[in-house]
Amino acid sequence: MNLTLFLLALFDGIAYAALVFIVAVGLTLIFGVMRILNVAHGSFYAVGAYLTASLTTFIVSAGLPPIFSFPCMLISAVLVGAVLGGPIEWLLLRRIYHKPEVLQLLVTFAIFMILEDVQRLVWGTQPIFQSTALQLMGTVRAFSVNYTVYQLILLPVVAVLLLFGLRFFLRRTLAGKLITATTEDREAAQAIGIDADKVFLLTFIVGAGLAGLGGALASPTTSILPGIGADMIVLSFAVVATAGLGQIEGAALTALLIGLGRSFAVYVWPETQVLVPYLIMVAVLLVRPEGLFGSPAARKI
Amino acid sequence: MSIRIIIPVILLALLALVPFAAPALQVLLTLALAKGIAVMGITVLLRSGQVSFGHALFFAIAAYGGAFTLMLLPGADLVIVLLLGITAAVLSGIIIGLFVARYRFIFFAMLNLAFSMIFWSILEKFYHYTGGADGMRLPRPTVLWMDLERGNYELFMFYLALALALGLGWFSMRWLESPAGQLFRTIKTNETRLQYLGMSPQRVMLNGYVLSAMLCGTGGILMGLVQGVVTPEYAYWIRSGEMVFIAVLGGAGSVPGALVGAAIYEIVRTYASAFAGDVWQMVLGVFLLIIILFAPGGIAGIYNSLMERIAGKKEAGE
Repeated sequence: MNLTLFLLALFDGIAYAALVFIVAVGLTLIFGVMRILNVAHGSFYAVGAYLTASLTTFIVSAGLPPIFSFPCMLISAVLVGAVLGGPIEWLLLRRIYHKPEVLQLLVTFAIFMILEDVQRLVWGTQPIFQSTALQLMGTVRAFSVNYTVYQLILLPVVAVLLLFGLRFFLRRTLAGKLITATTEDREAAQAIGIDADKVFLLTFIVGAGLAGLGGALASPTTSILPGIGADMIVLSFAVVATAGLGQIEGAALTALLIGLGRSFAVYVWPETQVLVPYLIMVAVLLVRPEGLFGSPAARKI
Repeated sequence: MSIRIIIPVILLALLALVPFAAPALQVLLTLALAKGIAVMGITVLLRSGQVSFGHALFFAIAAYGGAFTLMLLPGADLVIVLLLGITAAVLSGIIIGLFVARYRFIFFAMLNLAFSMIFWSILEKFYHYTGGADGMRLPRPTVLWMDLERGNYELFMFYLALALALGLGWFSMRWLESPAGQLFRTIKTNETRLQYLGMSPQRVMLNGYVLSAMLCGTGGILMGLVQGVVTPEYAYWIRSGEMVFIAVLGGAGSVPGALVGAAIYEIVRTYASAFAGDVWQMVLGVFLLIIILFAPGGIAGIYNSLMERIAGKKEAGE
């Protein structure tokens, strides 16, 4: 492996890790607060990607400035969170919080199945490629390698901003503190007058919006086709479980670990590309069952 | 005899007559029985309160085990293929079970998922050995060293699947009621007390896990032998999810429910894909939501409450 390949793998890994982190942090946020592992999270990612591609295509064909493709991403993320995530929590998830964990998992699985076909109906099965935003930012020569500015700078910057933004939101703002309090002890939080229903709704909208944002940001870099939601959900599961459920900073580091592992596998031994994230997950969980950054749960008797 | 017993007996008799009464349904029902046996594996696990999103792994291991047997030992008999396939599933169940028996709930579900995805990607990527996405063929083996033509072979497989479903279903129900099974079910209700009794929950969990792997493997090898081909899709996590779905549809924890659930599922899926075309997945999803929200006991729960109603009316009338 020469320096060029090494740098390419490094840049690929960082760009990919940034995307995975954005999606996984939404998943871990939802889990941390609601104790629900949301399988439909992958669908939110896919819908975010599809929406962005459609909106951008519309802007380009309408002759509007292509720079508008960036606001399109934000609009898509907000739409996924508010229009898709909100009603799902309000109409469906709210009814199952008292049911066994297994059934909660299955409800989100059912939503995933429904949304898979909705995507097929709306966007068809042909791959969609819409890279206006990527081309707009051009390439940069980093060390001895040409790389797109979008992937090298924008994605990691968004991921880092998101990490610090979430930390700030959860620790410094009132809404964030309410969320944290509800996570720590739901009954006590309700007892002092926190509206847990509202907190759950807000969390789910934010979490789903983050998955949508991940999809939106990924859309210029990849062709969008059926199945990307399923791929992303298992990958972000791997990140979230490896990091320790509910660990935001841990998710960032694990995403980096898994992203780099995966991209180096592509250059060194391509057959193992899909394998590496799971190998990392299994290896970590065998040594630390609660995940890299998780703490063992207190035992209930 | 109570109506509770008569209805299943009538259903079974009808099922046994299918090859003659409705030959068009025969292969469909063979596949449904194979899937039903695999779902019984999930059902057993559900009794301990655990759900695995990766049990398609054992389904695929047995089927690929059968395919490799037929490739390396051309002309191997059905008995040998079945036994080697199931043995492969049991052995991998023991090895993976040793790892995952320490985990519960989401971690249990996710670790199983990870193991099955690892196997899935090996099947996909190492195509020199596994045929990649095209999978491997399972040529029709001899049955007890007799060469059967296609029609007879399919007929035989139908009754074999039926016999295995009944036998293994009976065994699973007996096992769940046996001391080992009772301990296994304690994991759901109170695992700590299990430890106070001086038992190792890991060991108890492993027992049930290996049984579930064996059941999933049996379903997988039957499926492979009937379809004549095995693809990596057998190990894909959607397939595992489908099994969990059927288990819930049948009634979480009910062994006969697993079989009935699988039959209903296969029939609905076949007709949904014929009539609803591209949206059969959506139909299933809606179906799943309705069951969980309105009939969480699944088919077994509906059946039981129906029977109680009939019994109650009788008592009231007398």
